[in-house]
Amino acid sequence: MASLVSHPDEVRVISKRFGQSATDIERYLQLDGYKAVQKAIAMQPDAIINEVKNSGLRGRGGAGFSAGMKWSFVPKQSAKPKYVLCNGDESEPGTCKDRLIFEHDPHAIIEGVMIASLAVGAHTGYIYIRGEYRYLSVIMQKAIKDAYAKGFLGKNIFGSGYDLDIHWHGGAGAYEVGEESALMESLEGKRGIPRIRPPFPAVVGLWGGPTVINNAETLAAVPPIILGGGDWYAKLGTPKNGGTRLFCLAGHLNKPGVYELPMGYNLKKMIYEVGGGIPGGRELKAVVPGGSSTPVLLPEEIDVAMDFDSVAKVGSMLGSGGVTVLDDTTCIVKFALRTMKFYRHESCGWCIPCREGTDWLEKTLTRFHAGAGVKKDIDNIYYLAENMLGKTFCPLGDAAAMPTMAFVKKFRREFEDHLDGKPCPFEKAGAAEPVLA
Amino acid sequence: MKFSEEFETRFAEMLTHYPTKRSALVPTLLYAQDETGALTDEVIAELAGRLDLTELEVRNVISYYSMLTTKPRGKYNVQVCTNIACMLRGGEELLDHCKKKLGIGHKGTTQDGLFSLEEVECIGACSWAPAIQVNYDFHENLTVPKMDQVLDECKKNL
Repeated sequence: MASLVSHPDEVRVISKRFGQSATDIERYLQLDGYKAVQKAIAMQPDAIINEVKNSGLRGRGGAGFSAGMKWSFVPKQSAKPKYVLCNGDESEPGTCKDRLIFEHDPHAIIEGVMIASLAVGAHTGYIYIRGEYRYLSVIMQKAIKDAYAKGFLGKNIFGSGYDLDIHWHGGAGAYEVGEESALMESLEGKRGIPRIRPPFPAVVGLWGGPTVINNAETLAAVPPIILGGGDWYAKLGTPKNGGTRLFCLAGHLNKPGVYELPMGYNLKKMIYEVGGGIPGGRELKAVVPGGSSTPVLLPEEIDVAMDFDSVAKVGSMLGSGGVTVLDDTTCIVKFALRTMKFYRHESCGWCIPCREGTDWLEKTLTRFHAGAGVKKDIDNIYYLAENMLGKTFCPLGDAAAMPTMAFVKKFRREFEDHLDGKPCPFEKAGAAEPVLA
Repeated sequence: MKFSEEFETRFAEMLTHYPTKRSALVPTLLYAQDETGALTDEVIAELAGRLDLTELEVRNVISYYSMLTTKPRGKYNVQVCTNIACMLRGGEELLDHCKKKLGIGHKGTTQDGLFSLEEVECIGACSWAPAIQVNYDFHENLTVPKMDQVLDECKKNL
């Protein structure tokens, strides 16, 4: 479905089976499939966790938390059943990577869930896929069925005496459900509103049992780590940022696509070499480096290593790996407005600062973009966003606030160009022409 | 209330996957809607009964999820993404084109019931933007002429 791309700088760990018909379980087995889980069965749970800790694998959903560390928080003994939950509710604007893993290598995710289950002592796993990805749910349901038919799932997996069930679960349209506590609510058949933490899901999660929640890409990285070793995986990336990452290049680029590059790959190179640069000889204006919730970077800020710590140092976030490139025809006010429109639509309404803040910001930005803004609106936009930060149960409030503050801070002049009845300078120049592939 | 055999098999199996019946609710609602076109009062009553929930509890969940609807949509639900990555590559122009061509607005349905139109949030096709979904099918790297082809194909499939 979604077309594949390639570049010589790619290091294929997660994407190595893309385009290899690995949805077929026999083919997956030929390509080292289900070897890692057999190796993991022979290991002590603590050894699995240590291997993943050593690998420097950090959460690919966006938060960048150490996966091995997360697993180690699950209590060894628990009166309630433990669970592993794969987060495949990919919906951060700019992000389209989990989709490719589900499409091309569903068994790798199953195997990742299996290994995580062995590590924390869970006997049930769930793979949650967003509702819009129906064709991927079909692929995943078949993959799970095939794994059961082979005896890889169910009772006594690989003759180990360990019972493990993995089930598919589907969403029905909600960005908020990608947040881990809302994801659990959704799986329990409720509205996806966040839970207050602590307690964290590793202690009190699904139906009150300890639950490990990892992004699909994080889990797909686990089998290669077990097979190749944590040290090998860690060395692919930069210190404390192990491995590779699926970067989704989007926006004004000649060669957009999903590329697997080592952690710490230079952003400038990613845009100009891997992504083929900006079409039509136009100039780079800005980059949103890790999904719509991450603060925008200016052209002079993009000579940065794309790992969690380096991007944080320049004041943004590596986030979900969605790199959105904006050329000089883009109106930042309009871009900020569209971003806010999204967060207003997706705010679940549970926390007042987010519910009211996104609504007011969308209204103000709409008025502003239409030319009806006054100078004090600029500070007001910043002030409203700033007052959402850290005041909500889940990070959606922050996700709306952070990019907005960066747009105002870094593009204040462009906001000023929209003041006092002036038409949007970009629409006036006819520069909003679509760039069609 | 009659659902397909496939629905019943999946539903019965899904109930065995969770410690509580309610957990099957969200995916079940979507599969039910796929068969009935909308989550009507009858469907809601049926599923509430099956999952030991009140109708209000079911409605409360339906109103949260953007894909679930209590009102029927057209045979082909054209969902145009205008979120950031698609916006940068012409998603809004595609939406305007669809509005004109179909003569309906956001969440509207044509009189013949063939098409409905929706401006949607990110559908996970950012690297292949602009993109749309017609029901569950993705159409990517679109242009206005390609959009026309997609709509014409729908008409042919009648």
